[in-house]
Amino acid sequence: MNEAVLAWDGQEKAVNHLVQERGQRAVFCGLTSIVWLHRKIQDAFFLVVGSRTCAHLVQSAAGVMIFAEPRFATAVLSDRDLAGMADCNEELDRVVGQVVARRSDIKTIFLVSSCPSEVIKLDLGNAAERLRRTYAGKINFVDYSGSGIETTFSQGEDSCLQSLVKQLPDAGNEDPSLLVLGTLSDIVEDQFRRLFEGLGIGPVSFFPGRAAGDLPPVGPGTRLLAAQPYVNETVRSLQARGATLLRAPFPYGAEGSQGWFRAAADAWQVPVTRFREVIGAPLERARLAVSQHQSQLTGKRITFLPDSQLELPLARFLNRECGMELVEIGTPLFEQQLMQVEKSLLPETVRLTEGQDLDPQLDRVRRDRPDLTVCGMGIANPLEAEGLRTKWSIELMFTPIQGFEQAGDLAGLFTRPLTREAQLKV
Amino acid sequence: MDLTFWTYEGPPHVGAIRVADSMKGVHLVLHSPQGDTYADLLFTMIERENRRPPVTYTTFQARDLGASTAELFLKSLEEACDRFKPQIMLVGDSCTAELIQDQPGSLAESANLPVPVIPLELLAYSRKENWGASETFYSLVRGLLSRSVPAPDWVRPDRSDEKSPSVNLLGPSTLGFRCRDDIKEITRLLGDIGVEVNVTAPLGAAPLDLLRIPEADANVSLYPEVSDSTCTWLERNFKQPIIKTVPIGVSATMEFLKEVTEKLDIELPSQEFPESRLPWYSRSVDSTYLTGKRVFIFADATHAIAAARIAKEELAFEVVGLGTYSREQARQVRTAAKEYGVDPLITDNYLEVEKSISEAQPELVLGTQMERHIAKRLGIACAVISTPAHVQDYPARYSPQMGFEGANVIFDTWVHPLMMGLEEHLLTMFRDDFEFNEKVAPSHLASEGGGIKKDGESVEADSDLSQSANFTWELSAEKELRKIPFFVRGKARRNTEKFASEKGMTVINVDTLYEAKAHFAA
Repeated sequence: MNEAVLAWDGQEKAVNHLVQERGQRAVFCGLTSIVWLHRKIQDAFFLVVGSRTCAHLVQSAAGVMIFAEPRFATAVLSDRDLAGMADCNEELDRVVGQVVARRSDIKTIFLVSSCPSEVIKLDLGNAAERLRRTYAGKINFVDYSGSGIETTFSQGEDSCLQSLVKQLPDAGNEDPSLLVLGTLSDIVEDQFRRLFEGLGIGPVSFFPGRAAGDLPPVGPGTRLLAAQPYVNETVRSLQARGATLLRAPFPYGAEGSQGWFRAAADAWQVPVTRFREVIGAPLERARLAVSQHQSQLTGKRITFLPDSQLELPLARFLNRECGMELVEIGTPLFEQQLMQVEKSLLPETVRLTEGQDLDPQLDRVRRDRPDLTVCGMGIANPLEAEGLRTKWSIELMFTPIQGFEQAGDLAGLFTRPLTREAQLKV
Repeated sequence: MDLTFWTYEGPPHVGAIRVADSMKGVHLVLHSPQGDTYADLLFTMIERENRRPPVTYTTFQARDLGASTAELFLKSLEEACDRFKPQIMLVGDSCTAELIQDQPGSLAESANLPVPVIPLELLAYSRKENWGASETFYSLVRGLLSRSVPAPDWVRPDRSDEKSPSVNLLGPSTLGFRCRDDIKEITRLLGDIGVEVNVTAPLGAAPLDLLRIPEADANVSLYPEVSDSTCTWLERNFKQPIIKTVPIGVSATMEFLKEVTEKLDIELPSQEFPESRLPWYSRSVDSTYLTGKRVFIFADATHAIAAARIAKEELAFEVVGLGTYSREQARQVRTAAKEYGVDPLITDNYLEVEKSISEAQPELVLGTQMERHIAKRLGIACAVISTPAHVQDYPARYSPQMGFEGANVIFDTWVHPLMMGLEEHLLTMFRDDFEFNEKVAPSHLASEGGGIKKDGESVEADSDLSQSANFTWELSAEKELRKIPFFVRGKARRNTEKFASEKGMTVINVDTLYEAKAHFAA
């Protein structure tokens, strides 16, 4: 594939058709994002105020007990709380006290609301304010919604970050600075820092940072670069504070990563020669790594079921860099502001669906019989049993897949099921 | 509000899904918000099922709460009925739906579906998964059989001579522990003594099968957590006696057969059971080394009680801890704990369990996947005996827990993570040999569950040698302690400090070590 095809040219094509669906949705709720958020923000504790279902969901999504004493827990509501026999706010203060007593190393406690706590209108905003006063100078409290009625899977992180925006200090000037949005694994963050440094772009902050107290200043000079496609509300809140969004594809694959860095480079008016100098070697490595997987993926047909909002950028990568044919791209939510560039890079004929009506959608998968279906864990084995190869979507959330150095790994996640299929003789 | 880190049981509606998923021709419509569909992955990933559980979730969102969630429920119900064509439908609420009080039961009644609908009351804020399974199974059986309940003074007629004696096996379900293999084993065992299995339910049964339940002479309450309330209702209304012995372990299996023959009024054939190998394996000299191994047990009540008996009577272990997370069955576990002279541990807080295990310093932990993780962290051998279990405890091979083959499986599973007799002996002989160093974990411990810590500190970093704050060990005593084989060193250290504490000593020397040894020699 030549450079002209791989490099995003900054031009956008006409908007293609998007079908909205409403029906049963087989997606996680926003609480699930705690699984990666608590690993990223290492001095934070996530306290869900909810039911046994919430506790069971988070532990099931986390792949059961991997941590001895996790930095997340659930304050499980009981009959007493609902019948008004116990005052929910007093109960919450007591439970927070227990958490604090166990974990003196915690600097921030996120109070996460759930479907039941929202339905009974338990105000965690008030609770957070009260607890901030109680633990002033020691522990910060932040509330946000991770409920299934308000958030879908990765939207939980968006909701968390949006809530934190209120606490970001004012930059107090118009000096340019770059704010990278969305959880990245530490290794990817470090790679990105080195490249920004090489390009002379700075100061650069990552949001969320590794500590909950890493609160980058924000102001009219702040340029936003979304590293994850699900940070819509966070972007809007930051725009309200004067920040500007840089339009870019997402950093998946060689092309996506190049376009992503170029958006920042353009904003900082980095000379083309310097851009080529800094990005050249990693770009070549990324192309080489992806090319190793190309022969297995070219011409293969893929369907995405809605999951994390990563669907469009991943489909673009697989289509443009790996030669895969896109059958259907389902996404839980389509937000024009962040997806405009990605959508313009997709073939105009692709079937795009927003939302979900599970059973009819599975009927389409059965009719289409794609070579690979990207879907959640509840659906993967049933489709495999019908002779359809699948890729679990959750692995895309837990594996570092962004940037040049991970482009090959990303392609590898999609070749593995096909390699396995080719090798198995049972 | 209760602070919960990890839970042993899911919410009640997961129990309801287990029952629906176990059966054929049953479909559950669960009124629930987006996100509750996570429950599907328990079945497709942990139990490795090749189909989706028969559940339709309404997956309402905030915008639906403003409109009509009741309409959404009805639409989901009608579509599910039309698409899946079940013979019977179950409807219920998950925790959030319980709060919005749409009453799926009454809604479904108004829908005039072509199939019977059974409403479930799942009490999400006071009950848990096993209760939910029990309640769902009970509701199904009662719902299908209530119209054929005989008059209260009805007496069950004697079995006619042409009819073989028969029982129902009640309680096995998906996401239970080894249910698939247990029912095969028990069906075979009953066949050996001439007893037929009339219906097995819920696992593998269709609604029409449930209608045949009253035809059997008795009900076996195979998994009491799920089957007890159903068996009690059947006993009261259809006068079917309940066979209560759970056949886990050799003695329990023999007692189970005795109870079956007594309740069915047939002769127990005086036959041998050559497939029962545990007794000889346990008596063979190699097993001498198992004597007095300290074992800590924490599981659902049924498996915990059975495991304690096997440990004590069939393997000659010492039970140093016994507990359960099932509060509904706490009484039975308390009674059993008294028998073994230990304090019962009734809790669903895994941190308390971890603390108890750590204090009891067992050599083997028998528990759920939670205890497997605790044991791994503490470097103690472990075997999983109960749900909640992870994917590796749903094995491809035949591995029942019940009946004689179940006891054989249990012998292997529990003994494997422990030192094998000969290997333990050799370790003592060659413990100073550099190639047979104590820091090298025995080969069989490298596998799952045997987790001696693999970091450089190895065994030395364990509790064996670490000084407790209350005592000063003289260097010579410390050196002497190191000469004791590491697998009994923890015990030696514990006993010495206990002895020193009783004598009011704070400094421990070589003499203290041997005085303590003599003191505890009995």
